[in-house]
Amino acid sequence: MKLNLKVWRQKNGQAKGGFETHQVVADEHMSFLEMLDVLNQDLIIGGKEPLAFEHDCREGICGACSMVINGRPHGPNKGTTACQLHMRSFKDGDTIHIEPFRAASFPVIRDLVVDRSAFDRIIESGGYVSVNTGQAQDANAIPVEKNQAGESFDAATCIGCGACVAACPNASAMLFVSAKVSHLALLPQGQVEHENRVQSMVTQMDKEGFGACSNTYACEAECPKEISIENIARLNRSYLGASLSSK
Amino acid sequence: MSWFSKFLTSSVGKKLIMSLTGLFLIIFLLVHLIGNLQLLADDGGESFNMYAKFMTSNPLIKMTSYGLYFFILLHAIQGLLIWSKNRASGGSKRYSGGRPLSTWAGRNMAGLGTVILVFILLHMWQFWFQYKWGEVASATYDGVEVRDLYEVVRHAFQNVGFVIFYVISMIVIAFHLHHGFQSAFQSLGLNHQKYTPAIKAIGTAYSILIPLGFAVIPLYILFAK
Ligand code: HEM
Ligand code: SF4
Ligand code: FES
Repeated sequence: MKLNLKVWRQKNGQAKGGFETHQVVADEHMSFLEMLDVLNQDLIIGGKEPLAFEHDCREGICGACSMVINGRPHGPNKGTTACQLHMRSFKDGDTIHIEPFRAASFPVIRDLVVDRSAFDRIIESGGYVSVNTGQAQDANAIPVEKNQAGESFDAATCIGCGACVAACPNASAMLFVSAKVSHLALLPQGQVEHENRVQSMVTQMDKEGFGACSNTYACEAECPKEISIENIARLNRSYLGASLSSK
Repeated sequence: MSWFSKFLTSSVGKKLIMSLTGLFLIIFLLVHLIGNLQLLADDGGESFNMYAKFMTSNPLIKMTSYGLYFFILLHAIQGLLIWSKNRASGGSKRYSGGRPLSTWAGRNMAGLGTVILVFILLHMWQFWFQYKWGEVASATYDGVEVRDLYEVVRHAFQNVGFVIFYVISMIVIAFHLHHGFQSAFQSLGLNHQKYTPAIKAIGTAYSILIPLGFAVIPLYILFAK
């Protein structure tokens, strides 16, 4: 299949950047990233600079493959990362726009690669549980209610990709932060530091410059792991509760 | 920073203010509509004029109306501040893609709100200001003399241009409410499969019925009186 690509090229964070048009011949069984590999091979053979894009696992679990495909983070398919998107989702002769995740807090490093270290700093501010070293505990020592465990696990499937931010008109990071707060808050081990965690993570999120949540729910619709906005509601009430009751 | 100002200046706290003031305005709209529906009564304006007198002289209602002015201003100023901050967060405007999966109303709450603000200011000037400080004829019912606000309203709604602006403003409020109603509960942290479908359904009905009720009044006066 023949494709017309309009890809965002930008030398570095200071450069202005713009779209470049390329033709690529791909196979419909290729993944989207394999199609970009073909493009890069063509560029290298033609003596041009290859397109920079991020990837790691290529199996939908690491969250590296950040890109907006035809206006949608991770492309047109529901619950699918860009690396798990296949060319059979497109038609021969299609024009495809490919650009970086859009958010002031995700500055472009080069081409499609953006700096998402703001997420790392949010996690550092409280997205963990403190556990003393020593003997490994008996796995069943702390009872966990079945539904809570399930809900916690659903929130824990967030791969920290940032598509929620890119999908949001305000570049709000609420879905990501709420997933991280929720998966810990729903377990007894996470409850211990819950109040401090929710306050420091929200503070860090604001400091990084992400927008406030307007409840448009575009994040939930675009999230490759289909994280629920019920987590954002939990974050809202937890933050209020923690502000009222923490010492 | 004290815990209170820290809460109120956080992105989550700011949205809680939007939610609480928005819910207050939602309740106000219902009360206001019930009062206004008396304009439809066929009594030459008596019930509406007596109601207007009651609303402007009862001390409890006076207190509430000061609260109302404050909450409208707080909601509008806070909303526009959030909007400008959110725009700055949004990143480059030079990419091709839109944000296709967010609703139109959800993306345009500030624009819709600004139209509502212009409407409220005009509305206050035209009725509230005139009633308080303008020259308004009086009407007498059972020996009680009251200012004839009914006549002011009837006169205003003879102007086709104003009626069109009024009806358009009601459509704008409908969109603002359609997004805002359910959004306010989410901001409060209330989202659960047990009751969220009901909140959404009530919000949809409310956002259609209330503006429709308001819009019927000028149309009825224009065409039937
Ligand atoms: C009839 C009067 C009004 C009512 C009933 C109303 C109601 C609401 C409600 C319920 C919300 C949702 C709050 C939330 O998401 O938690 C909202 C949001 C909003 N309102 Fe209003 N509003 C009114 C007038 C205005 C005015 C005059 C403005 C002025 C600009 C305004 C600007 C906004 C903005 C910008 C938001 C969205 C904030 C965000 O989520 O980013 N509203 N409104
Ligand atoms: S919530 Fe979804 S979209 Fe956001 S970072 Fe996590 S996996 Fe990605
Ligand atoms: S490359 Fe790991 S999720 Fe796509």
